[in-house]
Amino acid sequence: MKIIPLFAVLVTSFLGTTLPVAGGYAPGDKATDFNLKSVDGKMHRMADYKDAKGFIVVFTCNTCPFAVKYEDRVNDLAKKYKSKGYVLLAINSNDPEVQPDDTFALMQKKAKTKGFVFPYLVDEGQKIYPQYGATKTPHVFLLDKNLIVKYIGAIDDNADDASAVKQHYLEDAIAALENGKDPSPAVTKVIGCSIKAKKA
Amino acid sequence: MPFFNNMKLLYLLFFGLITIGTTAQNVAVYDTYAAAEKAIVQDDSTIYVINFWATWCAPCVKELPSFEKLHLENKSVKVILVSLDSKKDLEKKLLPFLKRKNITAEVVLLDDKDYNTWLPKVDKTWSGSIPATWMVQGKRKLFAEHDFESFAELNDYVNSFTNLNK
Repeated sequence: MKIIPLFAVLVTSFLGTTLPVAGGYAPGDKATDFNLKSVDGKMHRMADYKDAKGFIVVFTCNTCPFAVKYEDRVNDLAKKYKSKGYVLLAINSNDPEVQPDDTFALMQKKAKTKGFVFPYLVDEGQKIYPQYGATKTPHVFLLDKNLIVKYIGAIDDNADDASAVKQHYLEDAIAALENGKDPSPAVTKVIGCSIKAKKA
Repeated sequence: MPFFNNMKLLYLLFFGLITIGTTAQNVAVYDTYAAAEKAIVQDDSTIYVINFWATWCAPCVKELPSFEKLHLENKSVKVILVSLDSKKDLEKKLLPFLKRKNITAEVVLLDDKDYNTWLPKVDKTWSGSIPATWMVQGKRKLFAEHDFESFAELNDYVNSFTNLNK
C-alpha cells in the first residue's frame, strides 16, 4: 500500500507527466462498468441504460461538508440532464466501519429526506473508487455512452455558494460532449473529504 | 495587608500573562494562494512542513497532534498548519478549536476558492483531498496526499526529506 503510490510518483516524475490520480483514470480512458446496489435495493449497471448518451458518476457521501454543500446541485443536475439523455449515478465509497455516518440505512435516510431523484449506490467492498481514481467527495467523472472518460473533477468553482459560481465545469463538459468536442478543461481540482477505507 | 494585595495582583498578572501567552493563537488570513505562499515560505534554507487541513476534515483533526508534536520537538523544521476552513468560520470554529486542542504551531487560514488554479501550484498530482502535507526547502519539494497514522510515521517521512541534506 505504501510502495505502490511511491512507485507511481517516481514513474510520474521520471516521465515528467501528470496523472490525475495514481492508478485512476485520465480523460480518454475507458471506465469500468459496475453492478452496485442503490438505496431502493435495486442493482444498477451502466450497461442497463441502453439509450443513455452519457453518464455522470458522482463519488459522494452522507456528511462530508463539501458533499453536503453540493447535494442539492447534484439533484438538480440529475433532473436537468435526465431529459437530455444523461444518467447521473452517485456512489458512496466510504467504508461504514471507518465512517459510521455512511451506513446503508443512513444513505437511505439521506436519499429520502433530500428527495434524491438519482440512484445512490453503495460501493460494496470499496472496489470501484480505486479503479476510477476517486479520492474525495464529491468527485465527478463524466463518461460518454461508450464509457470513455471525458471529464474528471469538480462540479463547479464555488462549493460555498451556488449563486456565485463562475465556472460550471461539469455542465460545460456535458455541453462539449453534446457538440462532439472534448471538454476543456478535461480535469479540474477541488478540495474535498478523502474517501474513507480501511488501511491495507 | 497592602503587601498581600500587591502579591495577589502580581500573582494574577503573572498567571494572566502566561495564560494569554500559551492560548492566544494569531491566525493570519489570506485570500489568495500567492499571498499565503509568500508569507509562509520566507527563505530558501528553512525546511517547511506545510500541512493542509480543515476543522471539518476528520482525518486531518486526528493527525494534528502529530504535527503539533513535530513543531515542539523537531527544531530543524518549521511547521505551518494551513487551514482551508472558510473565513466566516474563523472566530466561531477555528480559533476555539485551536484553543481546545492546545495547538501552538503556526496556523494560517487560506480562503482561496479557486482551487483549480492553486492546487496544482502546490503539486500537480494533488487531486484535492485533505489532509495533504507539503515539504519545501528552496527548490526541493515533497508532497503527500494522505494522512499519517502516528507521530513516528510523520517523523520518519519528515526525516526522509531532511536527511537528504546531510
